[in-house]
Amino acid sequence: MDMKVAKKLGLKERYTMMTRDLAWDTTFQPMDKVFPQVGYEGIKIHDWDKWEDPFRLTMDAYWKYQAEKERKLYAILDAFNQNNGHLSVTDARYINVLKLFLGSTPPLELMAARGFSMVARQMVGAGPRVACMMQSVDEYRHFQTQIHSISNYNRFYNGLDEFAHQQSRMWYLSDGKSFFDDAITAGPFEFMVAIGFAFEYVLTNILFVPFISGAAYNGDMAAMTVGFSAQSDEARHMTLGLECIKFMLEQDPDNLPIVQRWIDKWTWRGTRKLASVGMMMDYMLPKRIMSFKEAWEIYFEQNGTALFTDLARYGIKVPKCFEQTIEEKEHITHQSWIGFYMKPDATPFHTWMPQPEELDWLSEKYPNTFDKYYRPVYEYWIEQEKAGNRFNNKTQPMNCQVCVSTIKFNEPGDPMEMCFRETEYKGEKFHFCSDHCKEIFEDEPEKYVQTFISSHAALQGKCEPEGTDVNAHDYRPGARMHAYWRMDKRASGDFNGSEDQKNFAKWRAQATRN
Amino acid sequence: MSMDLRTITIEPLRQTFGHLARRMGADKPASRYMEGTMDLQPVENYHYRPTWDPSHDIFDPTRTRVTMKDWYALKDPRQFFYGAWTLARGRMQETATADFDLAEEMGLAAGYPADGKAVVNQVLLPLRHVAWGSNINNSYIAAYSYGIAISQATAYACMDQLGIAQFITRLAISLDEIDALAEAKQAWLKAPAWQGLRHYIEDQMVMDDWFELFVAQNFALEGLLFPLIYDKLNDRLNAAHGPVMTLLTRFQREWYAENVKWVDAVLKAAAADNPANKALLGEWIRAARQRSIEVLTPVAELGFGAEGAAVLDEVVQQLDARAAKAGIPL
Ligand SMILES: [Fe+2]
Ligand SMILES: [Fe+2]
Ligand SMILES: [Zn+2]
Repeated sequence: MDMKVAKKLGLKERYTMMTRDLAWDTTFQPMDKVFPQVGYEGIKIHDWDKWEDPFRLTMDAYWKYQAEKERKLYAILDAFNQNNGHLSVTDARYINVLKLFLGSTPPLELMAARGFSMVARQMVGAGPRVACMMQSVDEYRHFQTQIHSISNYNRFYNGLDEFAHQQSRMWYLSDGKSFFDDAITAGPFEFMVAIGFAFEYVLTNILFVPFISGAAYNGDMAAMTVGFSAQSDEARHMTLGLECIKFMLEQDPDNLPIVQRWIDKWTWRGTRKLASVGMMMDYMLPKRIMSFKEAWEIYFEQNGTALFTDLARYGIKVPKCFEQTIEEKEHITHQSWIGFYMKPDATPFHTWMPQPEELDWLSEKYPNTFDKYYRPVYEYWIEQEKAGNRFNNKTQPMNCQVCVSTIKFNEPGDPMEMCFRETEYKGEKFHFCSDHCKEIFEDEPEKYVQTFISSHAALQGKCEPEGTDVNAHDYRPGARMHAYWRMDKRASGDFNGSEDQKNFAKWRAQATRN
Repeated sequence: MSMDLRTITIEPLRQTFGHLARRMGADKPASRYMEGTMDLQPVENYHYRPTWDPSHDIFDPTRTRVTMKDWYALKDPRQFFYGAWTLARGRMQETATADFDLAEEMGLAAGYPADGKAVVNQVLLPLRHVAWGSNINNSYIAAYSYGIAISQATAYACMDQLGIAQFITRLAISLDEIDALAEAKQAWLKAPAWQGLRHYIEDQMVMDDWFELFVAQNFALEGLLFPLIYDKLNDRLNAAHGPVMTLLTRFQREWYAENVKWVDAVLKAAAADNPANKALLGEWIRAARQRSIEVLTPVAELGFGAEGAAVLDEVVQQLDARAAKAGIPL
């Protein structure tokens, strides 16, 4: 029977019957009322049937593959947890990578899930709708498997327990939050460029390769398995993002300038967001895989160049920020780690000074910049720490109105000078970390005046723990940030001397003693 | 890298995440469903208002008239997080596929009697478009509802409906009735018997309130349609032509039996939250039930001829009983 069917329906034809042939143009309700969002961004689509399905997966096959993957994944997680797998990581500093990851990544996977549900509802064509809804449930998968893989660490280490509460409150998580909030509040096509293309296609490898290989190198089977298991989903997501770009560009020449502006914007926003990933690679993984600079060269410069060469036939140019990111790759991870190290009381993960051989590794990986600009800072702080003076900066940072990162990156062409831009809009001053962020603001000021910047909001009394009495005589706005964050004291401060460090050493000794 | 570790017992510092301990009122282990669901949707400090709906926040409880003290009371009794859901569906599709293979190998599908095929072509095949409509409507709820409990369950329901549309398509292919799919689509678009239902589904596609849509689509319309087709019509086809149709519609039947548990639990929790919800749900159910009966009457006649109205009435009683059990007086 199968043979006979195969003769009658080719694979492509069969998939068409299984997807787009299900759809119809509504007549009792006008199509623009059923799909109200596809027009307002200015993207012109003339023929949704020209959409090329980037992959052909019917639900039965989807469930079959995904179920096989889940079965294996959870079996490995269960075994890892039962055998105290957490004690096999390189050293307890590694667990801080998971703290940063748990706060920053599953919440964003969830935003991707919701965002793709939205796009899946709004796209007119059945082809993109099906691909987007599949990605939406995949993103639920990533969101949940990441939480499940880290959940057992939470039982033994500090700083993981309040990630759900902190996701919308913690200052250093607001760059990622603003990134996804920005994408999800944009229209469906911009969302596809932001998340489907810039994030999933251009930047995803820099996020996941270091994390997955980092986990593997550092003995974390749980996180490694989750990461590898997600990769086959990501392969589908990447092809969807790329197909969407091509589809828009093929549909109408007027789409080109809009798409180009979005690519410029979202590549830059993504780059800023990845600074903390780079920091993880260069500073937080006890056993390093490669430097952020090397990863950037492979995954962004080389792969990106190939990608944009391919897109040149549509008139797409390399993102505007490309040159600046190449210059910055030598700096941003150091500036980020310095930024976090300086605020030991304000993160639920630990920071520390690199060990001597780690300083040497950084010198070797960053020959142009490390010894010149950053080693002296570290050597000074190491001295200070020995003298009992661990650096602790209690002042409020200034944040970029667009990417929300602390303004700390250097002026292009001048590593000694901090880059700082400002603009005035309706009589109010706004600050930026870069020309790119300033330009994004100026394109859509009404949107970016809304950015939630916790250091500013705190002073306006918008960051108070539940039950704060604003009429109390000693009330001062923003004075109770630790309570607002639900920050466990044991989770903050330097790694040296932390409870995590002591517990890990004790448990590992018990588990390895003969 | 692997390391030889002796089995030791370590006293954990805590059993679960803070938000779950507060929810449970104690620090004790939480299920994977809870870990992947409860209190995880952002509720505050949104950066921007949606350009597509500036009068609401990104996630906004006022997108429905239903109010809840706790949106996570709308939890799924099946405890479907992604892994549990996809494993359940993986098993179901395996059984369904085995049934298709069996029916095809034994020639039962292609050899299905012409009378039976005629009924299937006329009544069952257009339902792939109904499933597609449900897919669109559930994606609306998945997108704009409040809290992960309801958004993830409707995202899964959305994929389930796509699966159902595909199993119906596959049924036509098995019966060797590929051309009938085009005819069924024409009937869906033009034939008088289907226009009421199509009209209703298109009206649902522009409904604003996601919870009202949930009631109309997942409770009322499906609550009548699935028993009408997959129980009653299936029984009738089996009585006339042997149990082949049971094999070829297994997925839908199994799915429905499981899905109602979730739909009913959601309604029950919302009705229990406050009297205004209960009244509102009653109002929505009455309206959707009435409209569903109207639009399904010609479909029931296609399937059951003169007895259509009586058969429909039986399934309406099942629906009423479900509403009563969920604590919603009609
Ligand atoms: Fe993902
Ligand atoms: Fe993805
Ligand atoms: Zn910026």
